[in-house]
Amino acid sequence: MSLELFSQYIFAGITYGIIYAIVAIGFNIIYNTTGIINFAQGEFVMLGGMTAISLNHFLPLPLAIISAVLFTMLMGGLIEIVFIRWLQKPSVLRLIIITIGISILSREAALHVWGDSVRALPYFTGNVVSSVDILGASISPQVLWVLAICYCLVIILSLFFKFTPLGREMQACAANRLAATLCGINAKNMVTFSFMLSAAIGAVAGCVVSPITSSQYDMGTGLAIKGFTVAVLGGLGNSMAAVAAGLLLGIIEAFSVGIGFPLAFQDAIAISILLIILFVRPHGLFGNKEAAGLKEF
Amino acid sequence: MLKIRNLESGYGKLRVLKKVSLHVDAGEIVTLIGANGAGKTTLLYTIAGMIKATGGDIVLFDKNLRNASPQHIVKLGCSLVPEGRQVFATLSVTDNLILGGYVQYKRDRHYNRQAELAAIYDIFPVLHDRREQLAGTLSGGEQQMLAMGRALMAGPKLIMMDEPSTGLAPLIVKEIFKIIIRLRQAGNTVLLVEQNAKAALGIADRGYVLETGKIILQGPADDLLNNADVQRAYLGRDVDADTATCEI
Repeated sequence: MSLELFSQYIFAGITYGIIYAIVAIGFNIIYNTTGIINFAQGEFVMLGGMTAISLNHFLPLPLAIISAVLFTMLMGGLIEIVFIRWLQKPSVLRLIIITIGISILSREAALHVWGDSVRALPYFTGNVVSSVDILGASISPQVLWVLAICYCLVIILSLFFKFTPLGREMQACAANRLAATLCGINAKNMVTFSFMLSAAIGAVAGCVVSPITSSQYDMGTGLAIKGFTVAVLGGLGNSMAAVAAGLLLGIIEAFSVGIGFPLAFQDAIAISILLIILFVRPHGLFGNKEAAGLKEF
Repeated sequence: MLKIRNLESGYGKLRVLKKVSLHVDAGEIVTLIGANGAGKTTLLYTIAGMIKATGGDIVLFDKNLRNASPQHIVKLGCSLVPEGRQVFATLSVTDNLILGGYVQYKRDRHYNRQAELAAIYDIFPVLHDRREQLAGTLSGGEQQMLAMGRALMAGPKLIMMDEPSTGLAPLIVKEIFKIIIRLRQAGNTVLLVEQNAKAALGIADRGYVLETGKIILQGPADDLLNNADVQRAYLGRDVDADTATCEI
């Protein structure tokens, strides 16, 4: 394999990998505050992308994206308030089934609103054929946008959790909900915030990939499976591990196509990895076995 | 300061507290002793708003807390140090303390966090030495101090402690109790729940004895220490045997 081809695959892998990582971080934020997997996470990605595309008809691109992210954020909060907040001590299984229901509901609603046509946001800079040469590989400028925005997102998130009062409070809820309540933190509000935050993150991912992968009402399911695989691969709840695991999965996928695996098998790879991880290392590559043993899920 | 009248509470259909009444005056250390399952923790959780009372009144500073949320109760100035420490294990010691102080921060954006932290570190110097460490890596005694420090950061007028001596070495227990005395001297009011009845009555002004959800005895701590029933049930001394030996 020539160096050009090698770096071409690496870049393709990193691009998809970082998107998976962003979706996985969305999973992790909700998992950390509630202990559940939000299977509607992929729908947040779809909703962000589709809303931005619709808004872009009458708003400039940056404004359309920001409004779409805010809209999805609101929807995330609304979904939590309507479907989850009022439940008294719900079981984990019940919550998970609710999120699956939300996922189906939002997909069907999107089908109703946008139809089943494939749409896409315009490229942020340049167009489909413009490219930048890096290490001999031709990279679309959109790939650089994806990398830059996702990289910033990860940095901002870690700063948010470390230094802002709200971020600290959310972390406290994740660490010990009882103690957080006794410190005067409203744990229910933190759950709502965590839904809003992961909806916003999903929407950002949906907007930045839209020019490359296009958006459709059912794009969320595939991304959710990949994101979930990555979250489990890295160890549930650990966002930095999710980034590493996301890049790993993206690069494995890219190279499997590169060495002649049929493209149609790309999804099978993610699912196989998910199965292997669940059989062999259910606490993930970077997870702590003892900590995982104490968790309900 | 705190007045509880005919409080009833429990989990679902299980009634744990049956018409419990007690009061705590400002500046007192009041202790609540009782065996396992007597309802001590339930009582504290009900005061803290974690469990909803099914009957009776909880009045703190002339405000009825019956349907108040836990956040509101902390804001009013009543903090609970829960049993088993419950520190934020994955956060640093400083972060734990800062989180405890958010109630004050929300009330007043200009409140001096550094001064509050310094005051806590003054009471618990060991926390200052460990301030960058993750709370989960502290020893049991240090975690107990951290839990107390975190509750103090909220600036409570009434601090409730649930079994602070559980699982700690006797020397550490002594230190914890010394700190409780110091807290009172600094003007705090303490409601102390303990299984270690002797130690608790030793530092308390007054005491209540809770048995299967009812207050069966109350009075000044010294009287309770000398009460034959209390001695037999909670201090591990067989009073009849003692007197018998005396007669011989």
